[in-house]
Amino acid sequence: MLREFLTRLRFFLSRKHPADLDDELRFHLEQCTQANVANGMTPREAHRQAVIAFGGLQSTREQCYEQRPGWLLERVYKDMRYVIRRLRRAPMFTAIALVTLALGIGATTAIFSVVEGVLIKPLPYPQAESLVGVWHAAPGIKGFGDALSCSASMYFTYREKSVAFQDIGVYQTSGATVTGLTEPDVVPTLSVTWGTLQALGVRPRAGRWFSQADDAPGSPETVVLNYGYWQRRFGGNPSVVGRALTIDQHPRTVIGVMPAGFEFGNNPDLILPLQLDRNQQFLGGFMYQGIARLKPGVTLRQADADQKRMLAIWLKAWPPPPGYSRAVFEKAGFGPKLQPFKQQVVGNVGTVLWVLMGTIGLVLLVACANVANLLLVRAESRQHEMAIRAALGAGWRAIAREMLLESALLGLLGGALGLGLAYAALRVLIAKGPQTLPRLSEIGIDPLVLVFALGISLLAGLLFGLIPVLKYAVPHVATSLRGVGRGFSHGREHHRARNTLVVGQVGLALLLLVGAGLMIRTFQALRSVDPGFTRPEELQLLRILIYPGQVKDSEQVMRMQNAMLDKLAAIPGVTSVALAGDAPLEGFGGNNTLYAEDKNYGVGQLPPVRQFRSVSPGFFKTAGTPLIAGRDFTWTDLYEKRRVAIVSQNLAREMWGGARAALGKRVRQGYNNDPWREVVGVVADVYDSGPQAKPPAFAYWPALKDNFGDEPVSATRFAVFLVRTKRAATESFLNEARQAIWSVDAELPVFRVRTLKDLYDQSMARTSFTLVMLAIAGGMALVLGIVGIYGVIAYAVSQRTREIGIRMALGVQGSELRRMFVREGLLLAAIGAALGMIAAAGLTRLMSSLLFGITPLDPLTYAMVPVFLLAAAALASYVPARRATIVNPVEALRSE
Amino acid sequence: MPPSKEMPPSTDLLQGTLDLLILKTLSLEPMHGWGIASRIQQVSKDALQIGQGSLYPALHRLQYRGWIQAEWANSENNRRAKFYSLTRVGKKQLEAELSNWDRLTTAISLVLKQV
Repeated sequence: MLREFLTRLRFFLSRKHPADLDDELRFHLEQCTQANVANGMTPREAHRQAVIAFGGLQSTREQCYEQRPGWLLERVYKDMRYVIRRLRRAPMFTAIALVTLALGIGATTAIFSVVEGVLIKPLPYPQAESLVGVWHAAPGIKGFGDALSCSASMYFTYREKSVAFQDIGVYQTSGATVTGLTEPDVVPTLSVTWGTLQALGVRPRAGRWFSQADDAPGSPETVVLNYGYWQRRFGGNPSVVGRALTIDQHPRTVIGVMPAGFEFGNNPDLILPLQLDRNQQFLGGFMYQGIARLKPGVTLRQADADQKRMLAIWLKAWPPPPGYSRAVFEKAGFGPKLQPFKQQVVGNVGTVLWVLMGTIGLVLLVACANVANLLLVRAESRQHEMAIRAALGAGWRAIAREMLLESALLGLLGGALGLGLAYAALRVLIAKGPQTLPRLSEIGIDPLVLVFALGISLLAGLLFGLIPVLKYAVPHVATSLRGVGRGFSHGREHHRARNTLVVGQVGLALLLLVGAGLMIRTFQALRSVDPGFTRPEELQLLRILIYPGQVKDSEQVMRMQNAMLDKLAAIPGVTSVALAGDAPLEGFGGNNTLYAEDKNYGVGQLPPVRQFRSVSPGFFKTAGTPLIAGRDFTWTDLYEKRRVAIVSQNLAREMWGGARAALGKRVRQGYNNDPWREVVGVVADVYDSGPQAKPPAFAYWPALKDNFGDEPVSATRFAVFLVRTKRAATESFLNEARQAIWSVDAELPVFRVRTLKDLYDQSMARTSFTLVMLAIAGGMALVLGIVGIYGVIAYAVSQRTREIGIRMALGVQGSELRRMFVREGLLLAAIGAALGMIAAAGLTRLMSSLLFGITPLDPLTYAMVPVFLLAAAALASYVPARRATIVNPVEALRSE
Repeated sequence: MPPSKEMPPSTDLLQGTLDLLILKTLSLEPMHGWGIASRIQQVSKDALQIGQGSLYPALHRLQYRGWIQAEWANSENNRRAKFYSLTRVGKKQLEAELSNWDRLTTAISLVLKQV
């Protein structure tokens, strides 16, 4: 194969001797003549007979050339030169076709590289397909969603008893302060047991990973740095292994550095050993995520069976937590629920991406239709030329080859430009795309994307190239020669191909616009949900963390925070301040089961899990959450540690039938030894997981309280300040706010500085991302479709100038003619729109999981989009139609 | 398909048979194109007339395959002409094709006699 190609290439590059062949053929002719003379003909007759016997000289010449091994390449080269010359002679056509294709192919390539990076590419771990997330089904416990994570006791059971797992570890994501370097810093951390990094199979680039000994309680404190942090803080200095780092006030020895590109969980800067104590574990405490690597050849089903077996052992081997009976756990119905780890990482973003991929594919189709339309116009105007060439002996095959070569070249050039566009678009996407998109950093132009771009470029070229070829480069010489003569008005049949294309374009544009319209309506619906807080752009969030090592006494912590709140409230422009364990939408909140004093719980029956939030007085006023009944907390409640609570309206309604009824009831969190706390207020629901999810039921506790869980007195050490001010997010205000905090404690790092609006937008990021992408796709399709209609009508007008002239000469009014052309454009658009509506009704069901508050058949969208599209189509036909009426009848009759 | 520059061959020879005839003819002595055509016509008693439209493409094809080679020399009547001769590979190819041909004709005649 290669040898053959090389031979062809050698002949292609070597010089040719046409004179050589001509001499040979002439010699043949002479010999033939002589033979005829010898047979008694006159020299003249002999020569004539010889030439007749010889046949076409040129044809023989070409057939001899065709024997050359380099012939194919020469042929392509020659055709290519011709095609390029022709494209250069029509710069407008070439430019429009290339821009259209570049946009279509560029957008498709960009989205494909996202799909590939997120959905197709394996995770960046060796043999990533055997990694599983360890989850549990527990139908008997309500409020945890459909999958429960691991407890420490489960980890030890799995670690010791598993036959299916090659490695298993559990981990927790969190944050920690690092001091002793240039400035105090809060960084994301990952705490892992022995087995977590081993399961992932990514070895440190320097030093070592945690051993079982490192993970044992009481061992020397160690830390592994992630690559990015090591580069940022230590300039990639390899001697960092072995030195000490002060993390959360404790010195730890650096034992290793992870390699570049290591990503896991919250993309931590530091990795710490969890050091779980085997002797202190109970059945409960499902606060760790588990990851396991299956042994080679073990299927998910086999691993599930293994997990099921181990859960039975686990349930007998460990004691229930104090205050719980074993029956609670037996009734929970623990079952295996392993999940391919990739599925866990990628989550439900797949639907969005596939919808986008399909959408962009349709845009490319519309773009191809447009280019096909342009090519048809070109082919139509060249029809006469082609017919003459064919009559002169050019094979139809040669003409078809040339036309296909032209479209393939357009496709490839458009693809190359599109690749550039895709590259630029990806950079924007990675910078501005939704932070919630998993594996964002793994997206890029890699070989597979290149192959894809090349493939769709060629496919697109073939697609739009074949249409004019099928229509024109098939033999019907006589008709072509007859039909294209001067002054003939075009028959209806001539426009059929172009009209079909335009109808298709309009249909696809409508489909895409309906998709975009549905997303706009979804976004509106999300916006109209009252999230339970007001004007999030005016709510500044700033986070602090006070360690027991800094301030031991909980009450002292509260007084410090109180002093900071007073300072913050004194800043000009601040209307209200508060403090909480976490702000709405922040996702740091705790949860636990909530008992009510007036309810009976049978043996082994657990109440549902509720969201908890510790707040200071003024939290609801600051956030803008209306108080439905009762009162807010007071500072006296906090400092005297009165046992009070506030619940959300949906919780009050669910448990006692209404807000008023909840007041005076007493509740307590999980453990038996927690005291009952009286409900003193009921507040409106807060959409804490974004407006698309149901608002969770909340129990609010005072920021300072006694006997909560294990602590005699607990303060909210990891706290967020909420400051309501019109100056939020301005540099000057943030400086003043930091100074206010530092005037109480100058050592305290202030971090996670953002507004509630940032979190609110983030919670809708997926919707707004899909909206923007669909709007771009719909807009592109609309523009292309309108250009298509415009082109068809403009061409019809130009071709029928003569007919227009005749009509005008016969006294038809200009407005009448205009109406005729607009009607033609509208008819095409209407057929396209009708087909598009049918397609949309069928296809938008695929995106129903992306919608909120409307159905895929939203009447308003389906009413507005066609009206809008038809209006645009009317305009696109009116503009060229107007030209028809400016025609001077005399000139029109003389035209062409 | 309408007539185009892809002319049909001027004889009804089986594909590959023309190549064999050319190789066989050249195995006697180097010859020019006209000579080859005349020789085949003469030996076959005018049954086989090779048109130049298939002769020259075939000669070029065989040449590119390396079975024959060409050089310019003076012809019998002192005109410069292109003479073709068999190469070593060409000789081997001829033997192979001849034995192929024998097998094929034997087989065909067996069938024809039998049925």
